[in-house]
Amino acid sequence: MNKVMLIAGKELRSYLTSPMAYIITCIFLLISGVFFVLYLTATKYADTSIQGFIEPLSVFGLSNIGNVFLPLFASILTMRLLSEEKKIGTWELLLTSPVKDTEVILGKFLGSLGILVCMLVLTMYFPLMLAIFGQPDMGPIWTSYLGLFLIGSSALAVGTFTSSITTNQIIAAVVSGGILFALWFVGMVSNVLPTAIANVFSYISLSSHFSNFSVGIIDTKDIIYYLSVTALFLYAAIRSLETSRWN
Amino acid sequence: MIKVRNLTKYYGERLAVDNISFDVGKGEIVGLLGPNAAGKTTTMRILTGFLTPTRGDTWIADCNMVTNSLEGRKHIGYMPESVPLYTDMTVREYLAFFGRLRGLDAKRTNHRINDVIGLCNLEEYVDSIIGKLSKGFRQRVGLAQAIIHEPEVLILDEPTVGIDPLQVSQTRTLIKELGKEHTILLSTHILPEVSATCGRVIIINRGRIIAQDSIENLSAIVKGARRLRIEVKGPHDQITKRLQRIDGVKKVSREGNYLIVESPIQIDPRSQVTEIIVKSGWTLLSIETVEMSLEDIFLQLTAKDKEESDSE
Repeated sequence: MNKVMLIAGKELRSYLTSPMAYIITCIFLLISGVFFVLYLTATKYADTSIQGFIEPLSVFGLSNIGNVFLPLFASILTMRLLSEEKKIGTWELLLTSPVKDTEVILGKFLGSLGILVCMLVLTMYFPLMLAIFGQPDMGPIWTSYLGLFLIGSSALAVGTFTSSITTNQIIAAVVSGGILFALWFVGMVSNVLPTAIANVFSYISLSSHFSNFSVGIIDTKDIIYYLSVTALFLYAAIRSLETSRWN
Repeated sequence: MIKVRNLTKYYGERLAVDNISFDVGKGEIVGLLGPNAAGKTTTMRILTGFLTPTRGDTWIADCNMVTNSLEGRKHIGYMPESVPLYTDMTVREYLAFFGRLRGLDAKRTNHRINDVIGLCNLEEYVDSIIGKLSKGFRQRVGLAQAIIHEPEVLILDEPTVGIDPLQVSQTRTLIKELGKEHTILLSTHILPEVSATCGRVIIINRGRIIAQDSIENLSAIVKGARRLRIEVKGPHDQITKRLQRIDGVKKVSREGNYLIVESPIQIDPRSQVTEIIVKSGWTLLSIETVEMSLEDIFLQLTAKDKEESDSE
């Protein structure tokens, strides 16, 4: 576990010393801020409770526009995670140190998760402002944060996996973006399909599991879904790392 | 310390390492010598646990690297050929990361950082960003990284490639210094490097070991023969025939405009050679003794290896 934290710490440090994480956080805060204001003005400041908060935050996952951003941010955050190490060769030093493959992948993933948490924490001035100027229902706000954290970690796990299969950062980003879009798309497609298939499609869709969180419901089904997606892709990343020893 | 048995590695269809076996004893400095693409790097990558062999086994400090790689890796310090570094870190941060990753505690890591920067002459640069260092210093950081956790075995892939001659000689001195405490396997395609640093050499070509011996024994082969290079004006065929009749001369061959006369070291045919040439009315332009270098041995061995495999 120590080694996982060591690698995560190193990863976090390297995010913080390069401009990429700052740029992404800036754009993220800018977009969510714009949505926050737009929604509040559109409702003439009447609704400072639930929707007033969720809608702006949903940039990260809920609304149709938001759907575009989660894959984008996650893909850009994770694209260099493993591919760069492979490219510059430090990979060889990591894999010849007495560290388990699992520890390497978990460390890398947790490093990127750290940035995601920072981004979410930085948005907390929205609920703070709502709390100062109104009486928001804080329950759904916290569950929304939980949902965003879970959906974000799924997306980062997908990105960690795609970064482990290539030495090219762009390919890693495009492939993970593709996988995440596909996972969204199945949710939309489910509207036009026969019920039986639609249920399946809507179950495997990343977005459909978010709606409960946004209205304040914590359903273990949704939590398990996001955790399974995260675990599945991290497992795939570990296996891909093992495979690299055979080639 | 290092034991390799029947090691074979295929990359897809391509055979990279072909059934090689060798040992490196404690405290030895052994050179793995071969042309590019001979299988040196692959062999080292398997030894360090970075790659899994197709067949065969390797042991580092009695740990089987196929079945118990994690334990074995604790005993290895490795510098890959490209000297990979995190260029956004300072030298201290970089060394601290790998020290901790390989199981040193924080206090021990700091202590070791001070030791290795002294050993590798990096005092001035310890808080510099690695990306701003010159190639020679990066090489030293790579070496410092390999010894930070005091491994018993050091595996260095082409440790002096791409740095200037002064730094090369410094690096060699350092490697020799390290050889007092570590068992070292280094690879190179530069022959003088082997004679300068290694006690023993394993010559490898096209994935196979074609010779392994101590530097002394190889040098004995070198010194066991005397070669004369003669430049002479006259019919080379006739001259060759005449010279071959001299007592003790083993072989006379042509090399461009020169004739090469080989004989055992204890026989000096120079006076007879000059006498014959002058008496026969030919003109002797020059005569000199040439030493057979490690390079010649190497070329002979690799050429022989090629002939054998071509005739198969």
